[in-house]
Amino acid sequence: MSASSRHAKELGAAIRPSEMQINGVSKGYGDARFRTEVVRDCTFTIERSKLTVMIGPSGCGKSTLIRLLAGFEKPDRGSITLNGTPVTGPARDRLVLFQESALFPWMNTWDNTMYGPRARGEATAENRDMAEFLLNKVGLSQFRRKYPSQLSGGMQRRAELARAMINNPAVMILDEPFRGLDAMTKELMWEYYSRLFEETRRTNFFVTTDIDEAIFLADRLLIMSNIPCQVRAVLDIDIPRPRTLISMVENDRANEIKMNALSILHEEAMKSFSRGSKAAADFVDAYSKRVAKG
Amino acid sequence: MSAALASVAQPRIRPRKSIFRNPLVRAVISICTFLVLWELGSRMKLPWVGDVPAPTVVMKAWVPLLSDPGYWYSWYQSSRRVFTGFLAAMVIGIPFGLAMATSRVFRDITFPVFEILRPVPPLAWVPAAIIFWPTQELSIGFVIFLGAIFTIMLNVIGGARSIDLRFFQAARSMGSSNWDIFRRVVLPAVLPSIVVGCEVGIGITWNVVVAAEMISGGGGAIQSSAGGGLGFFIWSSYIGGSYPQIVVGMISIGIAGYISSAIIRWLGRVITPWARVR
Repeated sequence: MSASSRHAKELGAAIRPSEMQINGVSKGYGDARFRTEVVRDCTFTIERSKLTVMIGPSGCGKSTLIRLLAGFEKPDRGSITLNGTPVTGPARDRLVLFQESALFPWMNTWDNTMYGPRARGEATAENRDMAEFLLNKVGLSQFRRKYPSQLSGGMQRRAELARAMINNPAVMILDEPFRGLDAMTKELMWEYYSRLFEETRRTNFFVTTDIDEAIFLADRLLIMSNIPCQVRAVLDIDIPRPRTLISMVENDRANEIKMNALSILHEEAMKSFSRGSKAAADFVDAYSKRVAKG
Repeated sequence: MSAALASVAQPRIRPRKSIFRNPLVRAVISICTFLVLWELGSRMKLPWVGDVPAPTVVMKAWVPLLSDPGYWYSWYQSSRRVFTGFLAAMVIGIPFGLAMATSRVFRDITFPVFEILRPVPPLAWVPAAIIFWPTQELSIGFVIFLGAIFTIMLNVIGGARSIDLRFFQAARSMGSSNWDIFRRVVLPAVLPSIVVGCEVGIGITWNVVVAAEMISGGGGAIQSSAGGGLGFFIWSSYIGGSYPQIVVGMISIGIAGYISSAIIRWLGRVITPWARVR
């Protein structure tokens, strides 16, 4: 018990308060004639020690943005910096949790968790201790010898959290990590994940399409526009932590924020819905007139 | 409504587990039925089947062979040839396939030649193999090698190219070097495809063993005419007009192929333990 609290302290102390700055970033695909700009002139900050959630209609370029943040791809224009240093490629200071599990199927939970330290030649006793501690923390120490295919969806996500955290990234980037889980598991994961965040206060960037998830988790909520991807609105979610599912349902402030966010999102979703279709555009037009009349 | 509830609540009663649910029993039934139909067809002189020796006749030819060292030497000869040809195909095919999957330049240079050679059936290689290779054994081994290598290579290439991009991205982010990614991501990710390639490949080597051993012309056949390999055994039985022995040879190759595939499957399960569990 005392050993694990010592680890918790170390885990918290080791985290560098980090901030990412995204400045005028643009990214497009295709050759010159058929170019689609997916992200255009996008500017925002992932503030230090906060859980920033990005929400936007599906297909709005959020995943592209994540690849840019992680350094898998380079922006056409603009700059991305981590604590003032430009991002040039993938590195352990910005780890991504992908949409569906990217655990290595041929490694059991323990080997998956130890992947990072071993890759860097740091399979020290200290890191093994840390792996032990993290597996305990995500409740998987009984499952260390199981392969990912033997774990449930929720367990896989937790194993992935442990695999990322052992590398002590400055910023954790999560790309719709709870998508595909059933409703119950998903809500439990929200509570679990936000506890984890509150303990360490590591800078987190979380992308989702689920408004309830976004409001439950976020300190700051970025609402994105449709393609090309830009920040449409920034909402501060000033609801005290720790939050619980029940308190969020009853919270008037939460509902107010949700209504506000939904109306912006709805507008954006409608735009993407009507893109390229005259009939849909007319429908949206008629719909907004009726709303205006009341 | 209460009746419906009662019927739901009732446990399904299964008085005894039927013996027919055992897969082994089913297999035995399948083979026995096949043999009986074959025997009947042969005795009643049905068209086509009537000319095939009946199972009882085949057995009569087989039993004396079981104590003939030449027959068992044929098993040994064929197995040895299949094994060495197959091993050579693995040793060359797997690294070659991996190189083709990982290096764009290497693939662009080698793939056209590979694709032209691939459709040429092993049988068509027989005359060339006799001319090219100094000894008969090498010629036979070469034809068997050709039977397996393309399947193994294609599976390796396919397996390596279908690796999820996110595995590479995750590994790279966590600080993996290229060699580390190759060793701990690419190799294990391709392993199941290699196993599949080998399983299909070893089946093909037994397919071509007859063609390969026609080259041998009984060379090295000591003790009796049955000593030149199972493929040659079939061929010489045909030349000698011993039809029951042809069938004995055919069934022997079938059994040998079955055993080889089972061994590969078993090895495959041992080296890819993660693919077994669900």
